[in-house]
Amino acid sequence: MSNERRLSGRQKSERLAAYAFTSPAIILLIAFLVVPMCYTLYYSLFKYHIIRPDDMRFAGLDNYAKLFHDGNFWKALKNTAYFTVIVVPVQCALALGLALLVSKRFKGVAVFRTMYFGPQLTSMVVISVLWAVLYNSNPNTGLINSVLAGLGMEPVNFLTNEKTAMNSIIFMSAWQGAGYQMMIFLAGLQGIPSSLYEASSIDGASKLKQFLYITLPSLKGTVKYVIMITMIQAMKLFTQPYVMTQGGPKNATKTMVYYIYTQGFQKGNFGYACAIAAVFFVIVVAMSLILQKFTNEE
Amino acid sequence: MKSSLQGSKKLGKFLFYAGNIVIGLIFVSPLIWMISASLKPEAKIFANMNSIATFFPVDPSLDNYFEVFRRINMANVFKNTLLYIGLILLFDLIVNSICGYALAKFSFKGRRLMLSFVAALMVLPMEALLLPLYIEMAQLGWVNTTRALVIPFIAKCFSIYMFYNFFSGVPNELLEAASIDGANPISTFFKIVMPISKTVYATVFILDFVAHWNDFMWPFLVMTGAETRTIQLAVQSFFSTSPVHYSAIMAALVVSAIPMIVMFVFMQKYYVEGIASSGIKG
Repeated sequence: MSNERRLSGRQKSERLAAYAFTSPAIILLIAFLVVPMCYTLYYSLFKYHIIRPDDMRFAGLDNYAKLFHDGNFWKALKNTAYFTVIVVPVQCALALGLALLVSKRFKGVAVFRTMYFGPQLTSMVVISVLWAVLYNSNPNTGLINSVLAGLGMEPVNFLTNEKTAMNSIIFMSAWQGAGYQMMIFLAGLQGIPSSLYEASSIDGASKLKQFLYITLPSLKGTVKYVIMITMIQAMKLFTQPYVMTQGGPKNATKTMVYYIYTQGFQKGNFGYACAIAAVFFVIVVAMSLILQKFTNEE
Repeated sequence: MKSSLQGSKKLGKFLFYAGNIVIGLIFVSPLIWMISASLKPEAKIFANMNSIATFFPVDPSLDNYFEVFRRINMANVFKNTLLYIGLILLFDLIVNSICGYALAKFSFKGRRLMLSFVAALMVLPMEALLLPLYIEMAQLGWVNTTRALVIPFIAKCFSIYMFYNFFSGVPNELLEAASIDGANPISTFFKIVMPISKTVYATVFILDFVAHWNDFMWPFLVMTGAETRTIQLAVQSFFSTSPVHYSAIMAALVVSAIPMIVMFVFMQKYYVEGIASSGIKG
C-alpha cells in the first residue's frame, strides 16, 4: 500500500518534471515556428504593403490568383526545380563515389577524406565569393577561363550567360556539398558486414556485381536519407545566386526563396510574398512526403 | 605469370592513388588558390594563371590581411558572431537536451503527441516563415539586436531529436537506482545523466556551431546596421564594396574560415560522427 503510494508520488513528480523539461522548447517552437507559419498563411490572404501596415486589406485569394499569372514566379519555380533535379542526383552520386574511394583503410586515407571534405570547412558565402572570382569570364582574371584558354578553348561566360549561370552554380554547389554527404555514406558503408563481400567474392562475383547486389541494397536507408536532406536544402537555394549573380542574368538564377526576398523585402509586398512563401512551403512539405512514401514502398 | 599479376596489382594501386590525388586536387585547389592569392600583391594574383605557379605565393606578405583589418572592424564582427552563436548554443544545449530527455525517459500525458509535433516541424522550411518572423522581430523592437538572432533559433527539432535518440539509449536501471537513492527526476538528469552524455552534447554543439557560423539569410535580413554585422555579412559586403581588391577579398575569406578550421581540428571526431550518425538514425 505504502509502496504503491510512493510510486504514484514518483509518477507525479516525473510528470511535473516532464512538463518543466519540455515546455521551454515547445513554447519556443510554437512562438517562432508555428505562429509565423500561421501568419504566413494569414498574411497571404491580405493586400499588405510594408510602408502601409495600417492599410492592410483582406484580399481573399487575390495574391494567389496574381501569382498564377506572374511570369517571374513561374520562372523562379522553374529555376528552383531545375537546380534541385540536377544537383540532387549529381551531388549524391558524387558523394557516394567519393565514399567508395575512401571507404577502405589504406595509407593516406585520412588525407584524402579531409581533402574531399575540405570545401565544407568554409561557408557558402565564402565559397560563392571565391567561385565568383574563379568563374570570371575574362581569361586574364578568371582562373578557370585561363585554364580553358591554356587548353586552346574559348572562354565561357559562366555567370553572365543565362544558359550557363545556373549550371555553374550547380557545379559549385555539388563540389561544396559532396564532402558532407560522403561522410554519411562512409558511415553507411562501414555498417555493411564484410562477411557479405567475402562470401560473394568466393562465389566469384565481380566488383560491379558486389556494388549492385550488396553495397547498394545495404545502403538503401542511407541513400534515402541523403537524397532527402540534399533535396530539401536544394529547394532553399538563395545564398549562391544572391552573392554570385543577384538572381541574373535575366532572372536565370532567381529561385523561389530569392523571389520571396525580392517581393517581400526589396519591394515590400508582404502579402504577396507570403503567398509565394506559402506555395513554397507546400511544395517543400509535399516533396518530402512524396519522397518518403515513394522510398518506403520499394 | 605471378609477377605479371603482381605487376597489374601494383599498377592498380598506382592508378587508385593517382585517381584519388587528381580528384582530391579538384576539391582543394580552389582553396589553395584562395590562400595563395591572399598572400600575394594585387598585381600578382592574376599573373601566370595558367601555370601551376599560380598556386604558390611569390614573396608572400600579410599586407592584404592588414588591409582587411583596416577596412573591416574584424574585432567587432567576430564579437557579434561569437556572441550570438555562443548564446544560441548555451540555450540550445540546455533547452533541447532537457526536452529530448523528457521525451525519451519520462512517461506523461502528451508525450506521443509532442514527439510527432517535433518530427512534423522538422520538415518545415524556415525560409517560408521569414516574413512574419521579421514582422514579429520588428514589433518586439528586436531588429538589429542580438536577440533577433538568438531567441527564435534556440529550440531546434533536429537537436531535440539527436538528444532524444541518445537518451533513449541510457539504461533505465541507472535512473531507477538513482531514484531509489532518493533523487528526484530533475536532479537525476543533471547529476547522473548529463555527466555521462558529453558525446551527444559535443556533437550537437559542433553541428549547430557550424550551421550558425554559416548563417547568411536571416542575419542578412535582421542585422542591417554596419555595427551589428556577422562574419558572413561582413565578407559578403566586403566583396561588393569598392575598391574591389581581389587579394584583400581572398584574405577576408581566409580570415572568416579560420574559426571553422580551428573548430574542425579540435572537434573533428564529434563533427564527423555527428554528420554520420544523423544518417544512420534518420
